[in-house]
Amino acid sequence: MAAQPATLVQVRIQTEDFDLSAEVAALHAADARVGAVAVFVGTVRQLDEGQALDCLELEHYPGMTERAIEDMVEQARQRFEIFGARVLHRVGRLGLGEQIVLVAVTAAHRGQAFQACEFLMDYLKTQAPFWKKEHGATGSRWVDARTSDDAALAKWGIAASNAA
Amino acid sequence: MNTIQIRFFATLREALGATELGLPTAAATVADLRDELIARGGAYAEALARGRAVRAALNQAMVTESAALKDGDEVAFFPPVTGG
Repeated sequence: MAAQPATLVQVRIQTEDFDLSAEVAALHAADARVGAVAVFVGTVRQLDEGQALDCLELEHYPGMTERAIEDMVEQARQRFEIFGARVLHRVGRLGLGEQIVLVAVTAAHRGQAFQACEFLMDYLKTQAPFWKKEHGATGSRWVDARTSDDAALAKWGIAASNAA
Repeated sequence: MNTIQIRFFATLREALGATELGLPTAAATVADLRDELIARGGAYAEALARGRAVRAALNQAMVTESAALKDGDEVAFFPPVTGG
């Protein structure tokens, strides 16, 4: 048997930025079963409507956030044949273009890795306690939840009523 | 009477000017607790008004408002989440 990493699942909430290649390398290092790594990175973008964005501020519920995401990863492990997962989410003030979230998943083949990665992001968007506030030249506003995110989670057979 | 630790986040935290509140209450469920806060009037009545999208967590897990309360529970109220 090839050596396997001690911690296959890691969930972190942090203010500082993350190094994508280092995180991905650490996730599949020493796990010879891994043949696929699916990675999603969410970044701060200019919104379609409204004022120019100076920065985005992210608030969360310390304690619950980590617990909620760990539960999501456990559900992903039950649904898909994945070996490891790493979910990082930043909080605090983030500028345009900065990285917000990383979801990386390992599996033997791409199908399960892609699906688990999408499942985790769909889940996180509607069930993890984070809130975004936009700060611009003319003021600040909280970002509204989108019903399309509830619909994305419903595809997996999970009824969510976050936005609605 | 139970004592419930109540926490507010995002728009609710701002509207109420409070992050945390320890409340002795006879509320049996999260819904009862929300109604009790609404009955305080003022910013509470407005921010937690029925018809507004308010989500709740009990002991740091998402719940519907029918969830039952016991002494020492932590209840959080917040708007729909928008992370990711």
